[in-house]
Amino acid sequence: MNVAVSNLREVQSKKISLPDPGQRIFNFEVFSPTKPRQRITKMTATPEMNQLIINIAEFKDQNAFANLFEYFAPRLKSMLMGLGTHPSAAEELAQEAMLSVWRKADKFDPTKASASTWIFTIARNLRIDRFRSEKRPELDPNDPLLLPDAAPAADDQLYLKDRQKVVRRALNELSDDQKIVVQLSFVEGLSHKEISEKLELPLGTVKSRLRLSFVKLRTELRSEI
Amino acid sequence: MTSHHPQEDLLLSYSAGALGESWSLPVACHLAYCPECRYEVSAADEIGGLLLEDSTVESLSPSALGNVLSQLDKVVELEAPKLIPRTSALPSPLREYVSSDIDLIPWKSIGRGTYQCLIATGDSDQARLLRIPAGKPVPEHGHRGRELTLVLRGSFSDQNGEFSCGDLQDVDEDITHQPYAGMNEDCICLAVTDASLKFTNLMPRLVQPFINF
Repeated sequence: MNVAVSNLREVQSKKISLPDPGQRIFNFEVFSPTKPRQRITKMTATPEMNQLIINIAEFKDQNAFANLFEYFAPRLKSMLMGLGTHPSAAEELAQEAMLSVWRKADKFDPTKASASTWIFTIARNLRIDRFRSEKRPELDPNDPLLLPDAAPAADDQLYLKDRQKVVRRALNELSDDQKIVVQLSFVEGLSHKEISEKLELPLGTVKSRLRLSFVKLRTELRSEI
Repeated sequence: MTSHHPQEDLLLSYSAGALGESWSLPVACHLAYCPECRYEVSAADEIGGLLLEDSTVESLSPSALGNVLSQLDKVVELEAPKLIPRTSALPSPLREYVSSDIDLIPWKSIGRGTYQCLIATGDSDQARLLRIPAGKPVPEHGHRGRELTLVLRGSFSDQNGEFSCGDLQDVDEDITHQPYAGMNEDCICLAVTDASLKFTNLMPRLVQPFINF
């Protein structure tokens, strides 16, 4: 308990730092040229983010929540505005996503996903629900039908950290054409057809660029095993 | 272990949240049977996390944080975890659409011993469950668009190979195929199409408007 409390204090006293622009994978201005946006200067500390969510789950820690909010809410709003969404609707959804982070914090498992990935999935599902009026069919992790995973790595934390590096490397190695379709999928949630209309490309070209991007990711993941 | 997987563009779009509800269903169900694709999709989710971190910032109204903080104490009933019967053979993504039990699917006959159960989704494409009698063919058909078929029980074969439980067939419009259900038991599968199927024989074409293919 003492250790947990001292961790908690340590985390609370730290200011969340921000990513280096040199680390940015994509130039988001390509698809949101309407106005200049604030540039960010420092690097993210993912383990701290994870700890903030754990503190919310364990202690209902509102300071931890405020720190997470300060970092993620403006990014969620920006990501959601990429959809051509009205700023007030994007802000509302960003707030709702952060409220879900508070309510679902006990479901967060730092060995399965990083804080940013977990928050992305929450916002993604809300976006599907609100903007598309669709549900997202998802697998229940407790489904008794599940075949067991391939043997997990001995040190899950390290495993996940390595995986993030591999994913970032795979993203950096995509061609510009591939990056654009990946960005439009993840940031704007556009379907194959919507991407083909937006970029005025044949559907088959969109499909093959998405395929090649995933193959790149898979190749990088396998090269680590 | 499954041997036929969704094509990579589907896995990527599913992870991104860019795949329509109907198409997401067989992909999500395939994941129940396939640890390999499950791992790859969870790795692809990291792309979303990285892009969120790299995103520019858009300032919120000054009252935003206070507004959210004031709602933190509201008690919200989260959905209770569902108790899933062990005997159920339907993968979890399908349960809220149909039933939890593969033997309780509300089938409707579409002739020749074949049954279907249409699945209501929020997008404009059509997902359905099909039950094809053991050893019998699904009427030969081409496609005006893409078709995904995930096997839930039994198996079927066509010129592309044999598909058994958890396998997903992904065919484009240029393919005309005639799948046959395996001899041992009826084949139950989940099929999704983005356009009406084109039947190549006259009879099924006449029947087509009535069965909503």
